[in-house]
Amino acid sequence: MRSDVTQYDLIAPKSLDAVLQILADSPDRYIPIAGGTELMVALGAGRLQPKKFVSLWNLKELRFIEVTPDAIQIGAGTTFTDIRSNPIITSALSLLSQAASWTGSIANQNRGTLGGNIVNASPAADSPPALLAYDATVTLISSRGSRTIPYRDFHLSYKKTALAPDELVHSITLSRNFYGYKTYIRKVGTRNAQAISKIAIAALARTNHGVIEIIRIGAASLRETPARLIATEHCLLNQTITPRVITAARTAILSETLPIDDIRSTAKYRAAVAANLLEEFLHTL
Amino acid sequence: MGRAKYVDDITLPDMWFGATVRSTIPRGRITSISFDPAIPWNEYTIVSAADIPGENCIVHLTKDHPCLAVTHVNHAEEPILLLAHPNRSVLPAAVAAVHITYEELPAIYTIEDSEKKVQVIWGEGESANTFKTYLMQKDQKPIPDEIWQTADYIVEGEYRTGAQEQLYIENNGVIAEYSETEGVKVQGSMQCPFYLVHALELVFNLPAEKCRVIQTETGGAFGGKEDFPSVIGSHAALLAMKSGHPVKLCYDRAEDMASTTKRHPSRTRHRTAVSKDGKLLAGEIDFAIDGGAYATLSPVVLSRGTIHAPGPYHWPYLTVRAKAVATNIPPHGAFRGFGAPQSIFALERHMDKIAKVVGLTPEELRRRNFLGTGDHTATGQLLKDPVDMQHLLTRALEESDYHAKREQFDRENPSNTVKRGIGFATFFHGAGFTGSGERRLNSLVEIELTEHGQPRLLVSSTEFGQGTNTILCQVAAQTLRLPYDRILIAQPDTRHVPNSGPTVASRTAMVVGKLVERAAQSLCDTLIHSGHLTPGYTPEDFRQAALLYLVDHGSLKSEARYESPGDIFWDDENYSGEAYPAYAWAVYVAEVAVDATTYSASVTNFYALQEVGKVLHPILAAGQIEGGVAQGIGYALYEKCVWNNGHLANNQMTNYIMPTSADVPHIHVSFEEIPSPHGAFGAKGIGELPMDGPAPAILNAIEDATDIVFTEIPLLPEDIFECMTRIPETGSESLDPAVAGPIFSEAAA
Amino acid sequence: MTTKLTINGRAQTIEAPPMKRLLDVLREDLQLTGAKEGCGEGECGSCSVLMNGDLVNSCLVPILQAEGAQITTIEGIAIDEKLHPIQQCFLENGGAQCGICTPGMILATHHLLEKHTEPTLLQIQEGLSGNLCRCTGYTRIFNAVRAAALAGAAE
Repeated sequence: MRSDVTQYDLIAPKSLDAVLQILADSPDRYIPIAGGTELMVALGAGRLQPKKFVSLWNLKELRFIEVTPDAIQIGAGTTFTDIRSNPIITSALSLLSQAASWTGSIANQNRGTLGGNIVNASPAADSPPALLAYDATVTLISSRGSRTIPYRDFHLSYKKTALAPDELVHSITLSRNFYGYKTYIRKVGTRNAQAISKIAIAALARTNHGVIEIIRIGAASLRETPARLIATEHCLLNQTITPRVITAARTAILSETLPIDDIRSTAKYRAAVAANLLEEFLHTL
Repeated sequence: MGRAKYVDDITLPDMWFGATVRSTIPRGRITSISFDPAIPWNEYTIVSAADIPGENCIVHLTKDHPCLAVTHVNHAEEPILLLAHPNRSVLPAAVAAVHITYEELPAIYTIEDSEKKVQVIWGEGESANTFKTYLMQKDQKPIPDEIWQTADYIVEGEYRTGAQEQLYIENNGVIAEYSETEGVKVQGSMQCPFYLVHALELVFNLPAEKCRVIQTETGGAFGGKEDFPSVIGSHAALLAMKSGHPVKLCYDRAEDMASTTKRHPSRTRHRTAVSKDGKLLAGEIDFAIDGGAYATLSPVVLSRGTIHAPGPYHWPYLTVRAKAVATNIPPHGAFRGFGAPQSIFALERHMDKIAKVVGLTPEELRRRNFLGTGDHTATGQLLKDPVDMQHLLTRALEESDYHAKREQFDRENPSNTVKRGIGFATFFHGAGFTGSGERRLNSLVEIELTEHGQPRLLVSSTEFGQGTNTILCQVAAQTLRLPYDRILIAQPDTRHVPNSGPTVASRTAMVVGKLVERAAQSLCDTLIHSGHLTPGYTPEDFRQAALLYLVDHGSLKSEARYESPGDIFWDDENYSGEAYPAYAWAVYVAEVAVDATTYSASVTNFYALQEVGKVLHPILAAGQIEGGVAQGIGYALYEKCVWNNGHLANNQMTNYIMPTSADVPHIHVSFEEIPSPHGAFGAKGIGELPMDGPAPAILNAIEDATDIVFTEIPLLPEDIFECMTRIPETGSESLDPAVAGPIFSEAAA
Repeated sequence: MTTKLTINGRAQTIEAPPMKRLLDVLREDLQLTGAKEGCGEGECGSCSVLMNGDLVNSCLVPILQAEGAQITTIEGIAIDEKLHPIQQCFLENGGAQCGICTPGMILATHHLLEKHTEPTLLQIQEGLSGNLCRCTGYTRIFNAVRAAALAGAAE
């Protein structure tokens, strides 16, 4: 334990409004902390710079799953276990359910939240590829009100999001209308469980007699943020799957990604595997 | 239950906490040390080398290892100062507030750079950068030139293994106390209490009686707490001495990984003359290990690696040149297997290569070269005890369904993106200390009667999960014909227990067990001779007899001291003779799946068959094998130490990849038993054996699956990717034989 | 800062900085040393406890977030000095060697069996994949979990 915990402050207001008020009013920046699976690691390692935190844990205004005929709205404070346990998400949003199942261990799924995962904004995060494939929207809330933006516009650059300093992620909303779509998600980690992603791809497609009508591909660890692979989608749209199209898609994915060498893997490996995963997906169509 | 007290669970009254200020550079001269005025230093105890009452040295075999650095540092994380304070939470900031400047010197990190001797970082002249060398030649005869000239094949290969972190789940930790009258007392997580006593004697200039060491409940060790406690124990004791308080010094995971010992990386070069019917004619083996910055146990690791380098085969001629070299990396040390996993990896990969060149199956090549009963090993040791590798191989291949699977995989692989393969390794592991080691250890075991008439074992052998306590108590129980739960075993406290030797080298069941057997017999004999006990007694009879004896005599303590079997002779000069009193023999079979989409290999099934003398406790024995195999899987496919200018960059569990339960397949364990005369009830050692077989078996299987020759571990998906996408479709090198010794070499790795 | 919570059935009032890790509160303030710090990063699971019935890594829980929670540690699993069936199965099946991962493993097993009374091997692997063991190679731990399931240990 490399931090002196007496130097840190954590407050836990009882309502979302109270939290938003603090974020709006306080001259000191209070950093929101949900399940702590990121920030507490930094605390233990002695590298948690901010000293003031406001807890979002278990706020009922943020921890919910609301199902309507057309959409599923998931509160930012929903844990990965909550997501996995929800039968509607399991059947209607299988990509998200799958991603939740390999986000850390069971213990970390019991505490890690969807909001925390996307706000921490690691390019390797587990839920973004699925959220991008589903073309989710994200609702941001502050004392000034709320706004909803496409999730694909949420990540601006490396670990930088569209959140204003006084804003929180309120919820993520996904459409329910993917019946008949083909789905694919695969994570390549350093081992079979409890692994950080070296690369992950989530994809969703609707075909009509072999022609791709709709296609969306989300990826982790291929750019400095979670990425929608627009160029790759573009070269697949309105195509049927032929060897030529697969080759073109492989080229496209390489052209629009910039994987890196880091402690876990190499750029070359990531690029090659990304193309392989893409091809694996295309063969299922 | 959560009741077992590991060292970090223990609090003593008035206890302070310690921390270590370490070098941030891998090599250089310390030019200044200053203390940031923001910290109230008067609250702290600060220890430097100047405070050391005895010698500034952590002694194992060589006096090269400073307890605390003075003018120079030779590795990143080298300890320079020690701090203590009553409040644990302020120490990290205090450590960061000690500002040390250096004049950096060029550092070396590889065996190759060390060999070049452009930078000499240790020793001088002949032994520049070289901790130890060995020359082991069968019958002390060099290989005649004509062997090479007339051989049908000469097969060369180079094989490398990386460092491996022991990754016990409990980090290194101790609590030390000091008083003028009593001396030093250290309790903590460790394998060899008397090693620490020896280290403390030197650091404090105190006799052994004033250096008391107690082993606490230890959460895994695997060799990582064999030599390292001498460092952390000395540090905590110095802080206790200077502060006047008990001091707890427990590392967190990041510090433990960055600064404590790891398995020695290795490079082995094989050059083998082979006849066209697959008989080994001669072998030259160049075996080099990287010892890090100080010698620690490198000479002994090198020794075991050297002796195991030729494996369970008959070599008409053999020359092994071995060396342990220095680099500016934190010193490497003991890790289960202790040199053998390194040289056996090379050998068993090389045997598969030889098989391919000659045109035999891996199985057939082994069969034509196995040692058998009555043969002599490469050190000239006569194998008197029965050994039947032919049978073990047959049984292992049968139980693993090797042939059918190999055929099935060959058939199915071309149309599958997941390539499957099966491979095996055949090997042995010598139990106990090499040669005259046991004689030098001169181990002693005692058994005393408690006031309630119960036998209590007094040994320095430590329990750290491998079953020491269970096995030794079981041996005593069986000898005394008492129920197992009647036997007590004392906590290893050097004030109360004799030195039964370190808990290493797979010697405990065999050597110490034998001494327990003898001491128990002696206890029984004493009671019978006293007239209070008659043969054919019941446990209650025993207890009564014991109590009566205590009334008459006050106490009863029996003992047994190591007796070297008359026929074990080891020539340290020529590296020949009886290297080990007993060998365990094994065949391990690994099944793998290599996913051509992600280039990752995983072990899907594993068979471990071994002949181990006598299985004293089936569940414990199987547990040892399974655990060792899991570590071997990690060694082969997952555990990579990533070094950055001599610093371990991945010193966290997130980035140092140890197999989880989802990565380890079912491990099928079988035993054969040919009782050894040397061990308790015939037992031979098994603790380290399972570390030797997995890595070569796995890589042999991966070669079967992919037709790619991998020669280095850890083998990560990124490495498989590099090779799988580099090689043209025709596969690996052409292996057409030619006349008079074609040489089949690996291109430089 | 005061936090009120229930630990192993007993109400506790903790005076500690709000960011103090639940692990440290258990070990230092309450002398419940069954939960261990193996890594401090939520990887090894040796600090596992149950928080409101959910398995969590206590090294990642700031004490303030445990306000009002029901915490069960390994010390709370044994029933009146008798071993809980799960503990018994671990002992009998060689599921513990050095013992340091065992408290966490037992809690993870408890948590698993509450959700799946007859878990498949895959479910066992997943349920325990957040608890690292360096000694056993997991085989015997899985045997222990299966034995515990058969013994109806979730009751």
